[in-house]
Amino acid sequence: MTQITPELLASHGIKPDEYQRILEIMGREPNLTELGIFSVMWSEHCSYKSSKKWLKTLPTTAPWVICGPGENAGIIDIGDGDAIVFKMESHNHPSFIEPYQGAATGVGGILRDVFTMGARPIANMNALRFGDPANPKTRHLVAGVVAGIGGYGNCVGVPTVGGETNFHKSYNGNILVNAMTVGLAAKDRIFYSAAAGVGNPVVYFGSKTGRDGIHGATMASAEFDEKSEEKRPTVQVGDPFTEKLLIEACLELMATDAIVAIQDMGAAGLTSSSFEMASKGGLGIEMDLDAVPMREEGMTPYEIMLSESQERMLMILKPGKEDLAKAIMDKWELDFAVVGILTDTGRMVLKRHGAVVADLPIDPLAQASPEYDRPWVSPAKAPVVHAEDVKLVEPTEALRKLVACPDLASKRWIYEQYDHMVMGDTVQRPGGDAAVVRIHGTDKAVAITTDCTPRYCQADPHEGGRQAVAEAYRNLCAVGALPMAVTDNLNFGNPEKPEIMGQIVEAIKGMGEACRELDFPVVSGNVSLYNETQGSAIQPTPAIGAVGLLPEVGKMATVAFKEAGNSIVLLGETKGWLGASLYLREICGREEGAPPPVALHREHRAGELVRQLIGDGMVRACHDVADGGLLVAVAEMCMAADGIIGAELDHPSTLPLHAWCFGEDQGRYVLEVRDDQVATVIEEAQEHDVAVRVIGRTGGFVISIGGRAIPVEELRSAHEGWLPAYMGGEMSGH
Amino acid sequence: MKAAVIVFPGSNCDRDVAVALEASMGAKPLMVWHRDTQLPDLDLIVVPGGFSYGDYLRCGAMAAHSPIMREVKARAQGGTRVLGICNGFQILCESGLLPGVLMRNRDLRFICKDVYLRVENDRTDFCRYYRSGDVVRFPIAHAEGNYQVDPHTFREMEDNGQIAFRYADGDGKVSDATNPNGAMGNVAGVYNAKKTVLGLMPHPERLAEDLLGGIDGRLMFDSLVEALS
Repeated sequence: MTQITPELLASHGIKPDEYQRILEIMGREPNLTELGIFSVMWSEHCSYKSSKKWLKTLPTTAPWVICGPGENAGIIDIGDGDAIVFKMESHNHPSFIEPYQGAATGVGGILRDVFTMGARPIANMNALRFGDPANPKTRHLVAGVVAGIGGYGNCVGVPTVGGETNFHKSYNGNILVNAMTVGLAAKDRIFYSAAAGVGNPVVYFGSKTGRDGIHGATMASAEFDEKSEEKRPTVQVGDPFTEKLLIEACLELMATDAIVAIQDMGAAGLTSSSFEMASKGGLGIEMDLDAVPMREEGMTPYEIMLSESQERMLMILKPGKEDLAKAIMDKWELDFAVVGILTDTGRMVLKRHGAVVADLPIDPLAQASPEYDRPWVSPAKAPVVHAEDVKLVEPTEALRKLVACPDLASKRWIYEQYDHMVMGDTVQRPGGDAAVVRIHGTDKAVAITTDCTPRYCQADPHEGGRQAVAEAYRNLCAVGALPMAVTDNLNFGNPEKPEIMGQIVEAIKGMGEACRELDFPVVSGNVSLYNETQGSAIQPTPAIGAVGLLPEVGKMATVAFKEAGNSIVLLGETKGWLGASLYLREICGREEGAPPPVALHREHRAGELVRQLIGDGMVRACHDVADGGLLVAVAEMCMAADGIIGAELDHPSTLPLHAWCFGEDQGRYVLEVRDDQVATVIEEAQEHDVAVRVIGRTGGFVISIGGRAIPVEELRSAHEGWLPAYMGGEMSGH
Repeated sequence: MKAAVIVFPGSNCDRDVAVALEASMGAKPLMVWHRDTQLPDLDLIVVPGGFSYGDYLRCGAMAAHSPIMREVKARAQGGTRVLGICNGFQILCESGLLPGVLMRNRDLRFICKDVYLRVENDRTDFCRYYRSGDVVRFPIAHAEGNYQVDPHTFREMEDNGQIAFRYADGDGKVSDATNPNGAMGNVAGVYNAKKTVLGLMPHPERLAEDLLGGIDGRLMFDSLVEALS
């Protein structure tokens, strides 16, 4: 038997105190297979041991929440018997090591989380963070990740409808690939993972098990060093064609009454799926590993249990339903095998070649995994930057630079590589505030967005956490949707460092405040820690994915200005907040200052007002004011127009011009309103106690402010030009 | 009109085209599984887009040899109208029902966007509601849409009115700048010699409803209904 040495424990990421606990639970020394199982089950990736204590503080319930965190994905009720199933998940470490396969399997994994619950996936999103464009690796990573997301999503036939992409040097050695899937299920046909029925068969189906991805979950729970690229063999390889067959086969089987419980094999593969199902049902499993369909000969129990081969599922069938299920899998040419049986022992007993090779108690592994209250310190507050201390650059010149900076430049080069129209329900394509996808065969739709402003989170994780949620809320309201619920993907550095743990704690506190105030519960999520390379951490990035409901899709709003001669109306207060702004970073080269505060009660009122105005047909176009501030928002509305529509803007004398144009004050929207409706809009805004001001008119070919003007076409070519030129190798950054 | 949609493992536009057909026909088309070997009496067979058999080996190559395709070929030879969209176009080329092949896009990337097409021949059952020279807007979504055929055959096809659509700009001007994938002569879709089989890379079913952004594609299905009912 393999000797358990300190080196072996270290290579499995098991700390000495954790090993003591293993000895107590086992009552003996574990063998290698058992140790491997503990290692993946207790990895940060699977156990959330550092974040659990804080995640519990997030609001997770509402009358419309059918299923909150803890299952494969969250579920909300959108009426008429329809349910929306969604979740966002990271695939950061694999994507840095092998960008195409890392990103592709990230998409595959999150799709499985959603269709496992009985939902047909109807939309994919992704939130991506890359390093400095000038970093020699960035271009290759962007190309690989985008091709991988497209390669997988396009083939399975689920539209990739939107997302966000940022660039910052803190991601040079740790890119973030956060993928989100939204699915549609019948409210009374939802499938869960809790095993039930002693004696029921445990069934494996999908692809065969190979040696790929062994210890992926453990890798995702460690910092990177210069040897990380040697871990390429731990990155799994995706097969989207098999995933497509798996979707169809699952949904066909789910239409029968054969399934008791079902779970996909994600991180930690057969181990986590079998332990979670048994643990949730309070049962045991006896599994014959010889029955597992295998791609290679001579696989050990350790390899079989820890493989992260993709496109595999585990389910508990009702007795006597094996033939029915097998016939469906045969039709779709998928592997099918009864690999075990449910027992009442509460133990996982694994056999190979007739001998017991592992015998573990299930609950202590699955539910009693370690939970840490890691020490943390709140980061020091960044000082407020005053507009008078910020260099004043001629606004049209600053605007031209801003719309072409890496974070704001058009992402068309990316989303045109994604099939965003398949399934025939994409009503609002990528590029707007939120994607809008119709519920097939109805007049209602869901709006979907992903948001986070990492530079705010770096400056103040608490305020940044609030802002990420508020911005998602705003993006949904801006298309006219009622914000319903959130999935979060928390990406941070090493939680064993108190200052990083402080970022995690503060960001979660901020998110929780915003979710509570905005009636916007968290129904699913994922945590990715140890995003550090050689001791240097990423900017804290609590990415928020959110879903809203549009009862009448025909009433939705879009960002594009519709015609000349309308009024441009600004909702919300402008104080000219330049701290932590893109103007400060991109124009002045300063990454500093406190981020703009979010007034949640005002956010709520403004959101309500915007939805009402859109629903009443008072709004020709709507856009929230975010990165880059007011002038950038107006420019984006001009550039999105069909043809050319300019804007003539005025400005108040009470604020410096750059603060008015580029301040990133929160809770604001820009509306295009017909002149005969302006009075009503102002009246409604006053009734909702939301600041309102007519700031200009649509028309002409230029955007003009403060006596200067810039042609919309010039902005458009700068905005559209940056990413293709960068990816074409024409420039080494900005 | 009686229509069927062939479904291969990996097809993913089968539902989309069925929805568009139903809107024009007023009835649901028959969905036919790739392992079937017989077809009922039909006026139109649609081979939809997607990634049949994962596009492994070569796009459309494996689907071209699936059981149902023998029957589709026989029906096509008997004059039944056949429409292949995107992966369906690739399958029809691989099956020999249409001349030519579809190579990787010249910039090697998948591309999904609306394009303008110039209608080249309106005297077919597929294009009655268009006029030659009309400009229509259809979306494309493919990585292998670069149509190539030997120059001699290409000239014959041009002379015989077998070019269905060419990639153009909004004014109908055809140039290299409007060619999204490197296709020979900006060709987006072609007919067989009798104009009873049409294959095209763009997706008419994706712009067959106002809410989705336009109805240029719907006119193709309306044309078929008008011609074949």
